[in-house]
Amino acid sequence: MAGIFHSVKLNREKCKGCTTCLGCPTEAIRVRNGKAAIVPERCIDCGLCIRVCPYHAKEAQSDSLDDFKRFDFRVALPAPALYGQFNPKITVDKILAGLIKLGFDDVFEVASAAEIAAVETRRVMAEKKDSFPLISSSCPAIVRLIQLRFPGLLDQVLRVESPMEIAARIVRQEIYPGKKNLGIFFISPCPAKITAVKNPLNKPRSEVDGIIPIKDIYLPLLASLSEVDVPEKKQASSFLGISWAVSQGEGDNVGGFNIAAVDGILNAAKMFEEMENRRLRNVDFIEAMACPGGCVGGPLTVENPYIAKARIRNKALELSSVMEGAPQPFLTKVNTRWLNEDLKPRPIQKLDDNFQRAIEMMDQMEKLATGLPGLDCGACGAPSCRALAEDIVRGTARKNDCIFVLREEIRSLSINLAELGAWVPQSMKRDNEE
Amino acid sequence: MEDTVLFRKQYVISADDPLTFGEASSDIKKTLKQLGVPPDVIRRAAVSMYEAEINTIIHGGGGEGEVFIYAGRVKIVFRDQGPGIPDIEKAMQPGFSTASEKAREMGFGAGLGLPNIKKNSDEFTIESEPGKGTTVTIIVRL
Ligand SMILES: Nc1ncnc2c1ncn2[C@@H]1O[C@H](COP(=O)(O)OP(=O)(O)OP(=O)(O)O)[C@@H](O)[C@H]1O
Ligand code: SF4
Ligand SMILES: [Mg+2]
Repeated sequence: MAGIFHSVKLNREKCKGCTTCLGCPTEAIRVRNGKAAIVPERCIDCGLCIRVCPYHAKEAQSDSLDDFKRFDFRVALPAPALYGQFNPKITVDKILAGLIKLGFDDVFEVASAAEIAAVETRRVMAEKKDSFPLISSSCPAIVRLIQLRFPGLLDQVLRVESPMEIAARIVRQEIYPGKKNLGIFFISPCPAKITAVKNPLNKPRSEVDGIIPIKDIYLPLLASLSEVDVPEKKQASSFLGISWAVSQGEGDNVGGFNIAAVDGILNAAKMFEEMENRRLRNVDFIEAMACPGGCVGGPLTVENPYIAKARIRNKALELSSVMEGAPQPFLTKVNTRWLNEDLKPRPIQKLDDNFQRAIEMMDQMEKLATGLPGLDCGACGAPSCRALAEDIVRGTARKNDCIFVLREEIRSLSINLAELGAWVPQSMKRDNEE
Repeated sequence: MEDTVLFRKQYVISADDPLTFGEASSDIKKTLKQLGVPPDVIRRAAVSMYEAEINTIIHGGGGEGEVFIYAGRVKIVFRDQGPGIPDIEKAMQPGFSTASEKAREMGFGAGLGLPNIKKNSDEFTIESEPGKGTTVTIIVRL
């Protein structure tokens, strides 16, 4: 589909058409011709399907570890979630040194940029008291979910730039201004960040040049870590910044408000559903992250999210809870808001642009749905009986795709056949057959 | 024509299972999204409907809900055979609530539901007879 880049792709060879991935939060997946198919307009790259696929047939389209060699000067931006991937004895300094050993010329911690994002968030919170609760804009899968399924909540989305993008702006504009052939690479826990770079919602282009999944850099990094003896002191992030990798971390950073932290894309959808129904009383800020446990549970991470979370918490506790030196000088220097504040709804649920026609389709859908068994078994390739009814009125599926409807039709057909078979034409009838 | 009902849906509103509270409003919200109604109008209709649905459950002990979609408006009706509202004007005041301790435990009873419906709807009427029940009618223009 022209113009729509999204990162999650299907590996057709590995896909068995098992329907496990149909629980997609935006109903973006159908099984067609025995293989899963992703509807690109609907995919928000949350990566739930990558996580649940038993055959590892869902993959994230990313850059390879070799891609950064194209640049003369390379800077790595490690997501704080990376720190939770290794055993607790491996310090952040060591991880940063390991990245340099791998061939990067410099590193800048996204955790430090997160501390700057937190300052900005507090400022917006103070400005926009009337629109409470506000929703964090740091998880791109969440922002896209709202765009597609909860457009009525778009005005409440924060529009503070993500720590990744702030880090890239600092590197390009403040640390290495004018540097030729500078390549900035984000070490990412998720496909949503890949899409945020390749197809940004809120700006003409991202300052990030490439994305390397944590799972791809994990083994090479592990190898280079063993070559690091006593790492130089490089870590500048504090308790606040590295906590951002786990659920509640961003909320703790915002502080002083009533904060509800929700993790997991389906849990977040439920929260937004409630938020749409009714003023969520006594909540000022919603920290929503698509992944279980926060970014440590990103689909492109290696370690069990809850173990990684415990490690991050422990590492954080050893650190100071005030902003250390590094982010400080950049606080007022780089722009921390979205360059383009426009966040347009993408109402995928709409049946037709014409209201009358949409009503007719709705009517047909209701009628069709009552004729389906309501088992939501997925055998038709749609996530639920209602979704199949919708696909039928949209013209992308047929009623016989439902195995129960098909069976019923075969049954009545066979009764008809039996009746016909017993029928003897008049000319062939004999007296005793009367 | 303005007065032809284009689409109609009915719901039984049960007060027995907290997990089903608000389901009718969620369902209509989805319907309105599928019909391409603008987000702001959906928000107002959904908020009004949710508040009325919850009142039917919490105060009316359950009842029925009905939604009619016309070319230019959506009409939402909730009926119950509960205790009724003795003084409607008073009930409309922000902060007024007779919610039980149990309802308050569940997070209801701030006395903001009816004022919230008033604020979000284009027309709003309550008919009620003490001891007989309550019917709430809400209209939101599309
Ligand atoms: N269907 C109903 N049957 C009987 N009484 C009702 C009904 N709907 C509302 N009331 C009365 O009107 C009062 C105000 O209703 P309102 O919805 O504004 O507030 P609430 O339901 O008490 O609290 P909140 O809606 O903020 O949770 C209720 O406390 C109740 O006394
Ligand atoms: S929670 Fe974090 S890792 Fe998961 S999609 Fe959002 S930004 Fe990516
Ligand atoms: Mg109420």
